[in-house]
Amino acid sequence: MATMVAPDIQVDRIAALEEAASDAKGSADNSWMLASSALVLLMTGPGLALFYAGLVRRKNVLGTMMQSFAMMAVITVIWAVVGYSLAFGSGNSFVGGFENMFLRGVGAQPDPAYSPTIPVETYMIFQLMFAIITPALITGAFAERMKFSAMLAFLLLWSLLVYDPMAHMVWGKGGLLNASSNGRFPTLDFAGGTVVHITSGVSALICALYLGKRLGYPNQPMPPHSMVISFIGACLLWVGWFGFNAGSALSAGGLATSAFVATHFGAAAAVIGWSAAEWLVRGKPSALGAISGSVAGLVAITPASGFVSPMSALVIGAIAGIVCFGMTTSIKSRFGYDDSLDAFGVHGAGGTVGALLTGVFASSFINPIFKDAGGKLLPSGAIQGNFHQILNQLAGIAIAWVLAIVGTLIILKIVDLTIGLRVSAEHEGEGLDLTQHGEEGYHWGTST
Amino acid sequence: MMKIEAIIQTSKIDPVKDALHEIGVEGMTVLEARGHGRQKGHTEFYRGREYTVDLIPKIKIELVVADERVDQVVQTIASAARTGKIGDGKIFLSKIDDAIRIRNDERGDSAL
Repeated sequence: MATMVAPDIQVDRIAALEEAASDAKGSADNSWMLASSALVLLMTGPGLALFYAGLVRRKNVLGTMMQSFAMMAVITVIWAVVGYSLAFGSGNSFVGGFENMFLRGVGAQPDPAYSPTIPVETYMIFQLMFAIITPALITGAFAERMKFSAMLAFLLLWSLLVYDPMAHMVWGKGGLLNASSNGRFPTLDFAGGTVVHITSGVSALICALYLGKRLGYPNQPMPPHSMVISFIGACLLWVGWFGFNAGSALSAGGLATSAFVATHFGAAAAVIGWSAAEWLVRGKPSALGAISGSVAGLVAITPASGFVSPMSALVIGAIAGIVCFGMTTSIKSRFGYDDSLDAFGVHGAGGTVGALLTGVFASSFINPIFKDAGGKLLPSGAIQGNFHQILNQLAGIAIAWVLAIVGTLIILKIVDLTIGLRVSAEHEGEGLDLTQHGEEGYHWGTST
Repeated sequence: MMKIEAIIQTSKIDPVKDALHEIGVEGMTVLEARGHGRQKGHTEFYRGREYTVDLIPKIKIELVVADERVDQVVQTIASAARTGKIGDGKIFLSKIDDAIRIRNDERGDSAL
């Protein structure tokens, strides 16, 4: 028998318990989200910086690392001033407004439109890490030949004019493609297949075409100067990606676990897919192939993680590994563009494949995203009979491609006319380290 | 005095060095080198691109010995470095006019 307590005291106690339970969930979610934010930053520096730096010639090792590292500084500042507001402010269907400029209103209170349990300030810092890595990915396309100053101007403008609107359309309040708030074309993109990888990969292709080839390409050998550095970078990318995808659950529960598992399975299957294809076609499974495969799989599973089962993740990863192997080996040499570090071949192609396959394999059992007006659960992907979702995915893919192509062309033209994009032929020969930064990466063998 | 320059496979540096120590050769200079003779290079493959590496890593050993030891030293190097395949390397001999030990100005054979 429970003791008789006056009813108003009981109500107070229940209210206090509810508040304590909500605080506990909020703290649990917030701790995972802060850890995830740090993991996503780890992807840019040192992950991507090392991955790319190993693939260039030794005279450009610092220049390449600085391109990623600079994003960690300049995108952060522009994000605080206006970037966050353009991406996640209310605004219209295409871009956010200015109400959150200087992070006004971005504090400890949650914003239920994004995440009901964590401070919106946590959401802001988590999303910032995505805004940092996305332009850094593009640098692989113009590696070894772009002026540092032009790179800064180009990527800052790109972040404001391409990334922020795309993030708003897919994830922002009232966004055209936002699947969780009744967008016009609800595109399933859990962690950034369209927002991050298609935009960066397609823009990378435009950069490679606009800037032209490196001097001496393709006749002069330009092998990676350190596969060891690239290897470490790729492994760090894999680890950081758990924050990228599982963190995109914006909570620390079962959905985060599901995305974590899908991420890992996708990467593993893609390593096998790429390596098997290379072994069959080339006779040997290379280390560069294996690590490139892992990145391709991580890219492709990014939009799908949080929507698909572990078995679907294996299929998506394997397909992405094989497709990206084909893109970087036969397609690139057939068309002759110099996407130096295969930013398009891996992120553009892998992102597109992943966004499409998300529409195929998304399951309402993993993530009940679509409901009808009465709250009844609706099927997610083609695998559950919702073939219409493939069209929605195609709409998201098409918008990401068009925005990336048009935006990148305009910004490149502006920077070309004002600062000039390429270093001089003489400086390109000497290398970016000496000519752009006045340093060398290595002083081995010549002094003690 | 003769200078012996032997260009050998990288994997043969330890056997050659040990064989020379066994016959009492006390000094040598070893350089990491790149080059090729009749041996063709190999190809490396990075994503879509294939590179022919025609300058292959080699080891160059330099030593100067007294005239009466030249044949023995050359034989020792050749037999220790030989695999019988193309790419085993070459040995070059040249006359040396004099040698000076920096520590005490000894000259000629006694400086070796």
